[in-house]
Amino acid sequence: MASAEHVPTVELLWWEGCPSWREALAMLEEEMSAAGLDPGALRVTEIRTDAEASEEGFAGSPTIRVDGRDIQPPRGQPAGLTCRVYRLRDGRISPLPDREDVREALRSAITSREGGG
Amino acid sequence: MAQATATKVGELAPPLELPDTEGRMHALPEPGEAPATVVFWTCNHCPYALGWHDRLVQVARDYADRGVRFLAVNSNDSERYPADSVEAMRERAAAERWPFPYLHDASQEAARAWNAQVTPHVYVLDPDLRVRYEGAPDADHMDPSQNASWLRGALDAVLAGEDPDPAATDPVGCSIKWK
Repeated sequence: MASAEHVPTVELLWWEGCPSWREALAMLEEEMSAAGLDPGALRVTEIRTDAEASEEGFAGSPTIRVDGRDIQPPRGQPAGLTCRVYRLRDGRISPLPDREDVREALRSAITSREGGG
Repeated sequence: MAQATATKVGELAPPLELPDTEGRMHALPEPGEAPATVVFWTCNHCPYALGWHDRLVQVARDYADRGVRFLAVNSNDSERYPADSVEAMRERAAAERWPFPYLHDASQEAARAWNAQVTPHVYVLDPDLRVRYEGAPDADHMDPSQNASWLRGALDAVLAGEDPDPAATDPVGCSIKWK
């Protein structure tokens, strides 16, 4: 990656009650690599309690944030230990976000501040 | 609360008597009353349960004229998960015109007695109320073309007096939200 490009902070927040987090982790690492980012820099945080969920504004597992922004912001979903319901681009309900949404969020974060900092 | 004995394939199903979203009580059929019964745990907010739901509804419709009974059970703690309140259950079942009763297990005793683990978790009972299949509806919650094939296969086997194959699969979904 060119030095002028912004290196976004990428976070995965997960809860053990929802089995999709491992798939989310694999997908995120793949997409970070594809985008020229170091998957080792991914910040992975387990949410264990309602208090932690509230503190983090965790609307369900898995939650993926790029530079602090949820890649598919939950609308009106309260914080809590639950599974996220995502909508894929083809309309299907999914426990994972659409891979293209992940890709786009990473690409957008990298390029939006390219050269600007 | 102590964990109850797991319900396994080959065992008699534990009793089940719960209110639906209108307060009407529902129970398992009497032995010999129905050629097969499907009991499945589900809920309103789990993406796995939602992803499989239409397939389960279609199975219920497809097997209704063969006398197969369906009972959907929601055992989640509705205080911590308001999407699973009885009011939300009632609204959803009515809006989507469910072809089976949606039962509210407020005490969670049914889930514990059956050892239901996730939503969805499907059980197929034979006419004697013996568990003949337990697990997931099919192999992939994301693939509608799977068409609840494990559940359909189990029902076809039970209706033919045969053993389902597979008789058990790993249930996949969101953990039941215990109090």
